Amino acid sequence: MNRHIISLLMENEAGALSNVSALFSARGYNIESLCVAPTDDPSLSRMTLVTTCSESVFEQITKQLNKLIDVVKLMDLSEGDHIEREMMLIKIRAEKEMREEIKRLAEIFRGKIIDVSDNSYVIEMTGDSDKLDAFVHVIPEDHVIEVVRTGVSGIARGVKSLTL
Amino acid sequence: MELSGAEIVVQALKDEGVETIFGYPGGSVLHIYDALFQQDDVKHVLVRHEQGATHAADGYARSTGKPGVVLVTSGPGATNAITGIATAHLDSIPMVVLTGQVPSALIGTDAFQEVDTTGISRPCSKHTFLVKRVEDLAEIMRKAFYIATTGRPGPVVVDIPKDITDPNIKIPYEYPRNLKMRSYSPVKKGHLGQIKKAVDLIYKAKRPIIYSGGGVVIDNASGSLVDLVKELGIPVTSTLMGLGAYPASDPQFLGMLGMHGNYEANMAMHEADVLIAIGARFDDRVTGHIAHFCPQAKIIHIDIDPSSISKNVSVDIPIVGSVKDVLNDILRIIREGDRKIEDDGLTSWWERIEAWRGLGCLRYEQSDEVIKPQFAIETLHKVTGGDLYLTSDVGQHQMFAAQFYKFDKPRRWINSGGLGTMGFGLPAAMGVQMAHPGKPVACVTGEASILMCIQELATCKQHGLPLKIMLMNNGYMGMVRQWQEMFYEGRYSHSYVDALPDFVELTKSFGHVGMRVTKPSDLEAAMQEAFDRKDELVFMDIVIDPTENVYPMIEAGKGHHEMAMSPASKQGGQQ
Repeated sequence: MNRHIISLLMENEAGALSNVSALFSARGYNIESLCVAPTDDPSLSRMTLVTTCSESVFEQITKQLNKLIDVVKLMDLSEGDHIEREMMLIKIRAEKEMREEIKRLAEIFRGKIIDVSDNSYVIEMTGDSDKLDAFVHVIPEDHVIEVVRTGVSGIARGVKSLTL
Repeated sequence: MELSGAEIVVQALKDEGVETIFGYPGGSVLHIYDALFQQDDVKHVLVRHEQGATHAADGYARSTGKPGVVLVTSGPGATNAITGIATAHLDSIPMVVLTGQVPSALIGTDAFQEVDTTGISRPCSKHTFLVKRVEDLAEIMRKAFYIATTGRPGPVVVDIPKDITDPNIKIPYEYPRNLKMRSYSPVKKGHLGQIKKAVDLIYKAKRPIIYSGGGVVIDNASGSLVDLVKELGIPVTSTLMGLGAYPASDPQFLGMLGMHGNYEANMAMHEADVLIAIGARFDDRVTGHIAHFCPQAKIIHIDIDPSSISKNVSVDIPIVGSVKDVLNDILRIIREGDRKIEDDGLTSWWERIEAWRGLGCLRYEQSDEVIKPQFAIETLHKVTGGDLYLTSDVGQHQMFAAQFYKFDKPRRWINSGGLGTMGFGLPAAMGVQMAHPGKPVACVTGEASILMCIQELATCKQHGLPLKIMLMNNGYMGMVRQWQEMFYEGRYSHSYVDALPDFVELTKSFGHVGMRVTKPSDLEAAMQEAFDRKDELVFMDIVIDPTENVYPMIEAGKGHHEMAMSPASKQGGQQ
C-alpha cells in the first residue's frame, strides 16, 4: 500500500467533480482528501486527490480517471519530486497560562494567529499533512475546539508541470 | 437556418444520419415530439414502456453497428430507461438517450416528474450531458454521437430541460462537423513495438489459443480475426458476446468458453502457453476462479480500453488500440516475414484438443416424449439454415442458444451478456427487425423473461414487426432452479412461475399468431410454419423438459479444468 497524490486537470463543467467522486465510490477506491478549484484558465479545474492503495489498484484508478470524458490530463505527483501543502484553520481554547503556551507552539510551527477572543485563538497553518498532524497532536486534546483542513494540493518541482 | 431547440434536436438527428428512433412521449419532451411530427425523415417507433425503447435501440445498434437513439420524458420516463442504458453500457453498445427534463428554473425543486437523470445515469453510461443553454444544444448532440460511437462505445445520455426546446426561441443553427475534444481522443493504432513483441511471442508458442470477445464484433474486425486464425492455424474460442465473429462451423473454432463453455475450449485455455485475448475483458463468467486462470500462459491482450487491461488478470503484453487496426498490423508483420510457429506445427496441440473435443461435452439425452431445449435450438438452426438474427433473454435458454445455435456471422447473436437483463429479448428483436426489414428475426426466451417486457407485443402490432418468438416454456426460472438444485439441495425458493398466462391466447389478444408445441415430432414442422408466415408475428409456446440443466458447467470458485459434465456426456449419449 502506497500513498499517491494525483493531480488532474478537468473541464470546468457541471458534473465533472461528481464524475470523479462517483467513480471512487462505485469502484470502492479510497479517497483521503480531495481539493478542487478553477485554474488561471477558467475553462479548467484542477483537482488534487490523495489515495492510499496497492500499485495495481493505483494503475486502475489512473486508467479509470483518464477514461472519464471530462478529465483532460492527470499526473501522479508522488512519482517524482514534488511539493505538497495543506492549510489548516484550528480553533483552540486559550485561557490563562495556556494562552502564552499555545502562542509559542504556533510560532514554532510557523502558524499565524488570525483571530483572538477572550478564551480562544484561531490559528492558520500551512505545511504538509504530517506537520499539521503534529501540531494538532501537541495541543492538549481538550483544548482543540474545531479543525478545518483544506486537503492536500501539490505541484511538481522544477520545470515539470501539469498544463495543457 | 434559424431553429428552435426542439427543431435542433430533430435536425441534429438528421445530420447524424439517424433514420429510426425509439421513444415514448411525455410532458417534458412535447416540444420535441411536436417537431418530430412535422417531418418525415426520422421515423419514430412508439414503444409501450421506456425500457423497451432502450432495448430496441440497443438491438438496432448491435445488429447494425450504428448508434441506437432513444427519446423519453423526464422522471419515470428516464428511470424506466435506466435498465436499458446499463445493459448497453456493460456490453459497450453505442446509444444516444435523449431525456426530457423539467424546465431549468424548476430543477432542484422536486417538481412534477423531476428526477436527477444525469446523477442516476452517470454510473451506468459512458457520459452524460445536461443542456444548460439552447446555444450549446447542437454541439452537445454532436459530442453525444461522437462519444457514443468512438473508442470503446457506450450509451450517452443528453438531459434536455423543457425550456431549452421552447418552439418560440429560434437561434441560428449550424451542425459542428469537425469536433475536437481536448479531453477525449481515443487511440486507434496500437503501439508497433508492443505488436512486434506479441508476434514474437506467438511464434514461440507451442500451445497458443485466441480468446475473442465482443470487441471483435463491435469493431467489425471479424474478417481480420478469421484471416489471422487461418494464417496461424491456431485454435480460437469466443466469449458469449463474441459469438459469430468467427464462424462456429469452422473446425478451428472450439466453441464458447467460460462457465457454460465447451470443455475443449476451457481445457485449451487451461493448458495454453500463449493466450491472445482480443476485445475481451476477462469477465468472471469467463475466467472462473482467477487463481486457476490460464496458469501456464503468457497473455497478450488487445483492447481499445486501457482500463480493461490488467483489471482482473495481469497481462504480459498489453496492446491498446482498435482491435481491427491491431489485428491488421499483426497480419501485415506475419505476412511480410516467412516464419512459422516452431514446434511441430502445432500437431500435438491439435491432437490434445481433438481428444477433449471427442468427449462431446454438449451431448444430451434425446427424448421422444418431451422437447429438450437443446433439440429446440438445433431445430431452429435447421429450419433457418443458420441464417437468422437471434435475440435472447437471460437464463438457461440463453445458454442453450449460445451453445447450440452455431453462429457463422457477426451481429447475428444479440443478447445481454454483461448485465444479464431479463426482458431484453423481445424489444431488442424489435430494434433488429426495424433495422433489417424482410430479414428473419427471432427471439428465444423463457416464460419468466418474456413477461418482463410482454407489453411490447403491442408495439410489434403497431409497427408490423413479424418477429418469431421461441418461448422455451419449462414453468421455472430455469437457471435459478438449476442453481437451487445444485447448490441449495433442491429448495426451489420462488423459482416456480405459478399462474402463467395462456401464451397462445395472450398473443392472439395482441393481434398476433400463437402456437403451442408439446411433442418433439411436431417441432420442426411447426417452426417451419412459423417462419413461412413472413408477415406475421408468431409466438411459439414450446413446452420443454422442466428438469433439463445447462452443461457443461464451471461452478463458482472453480477453474477451467474443473468442469462438471452432463450425464449424457459422461455416458457418451446421443449428440
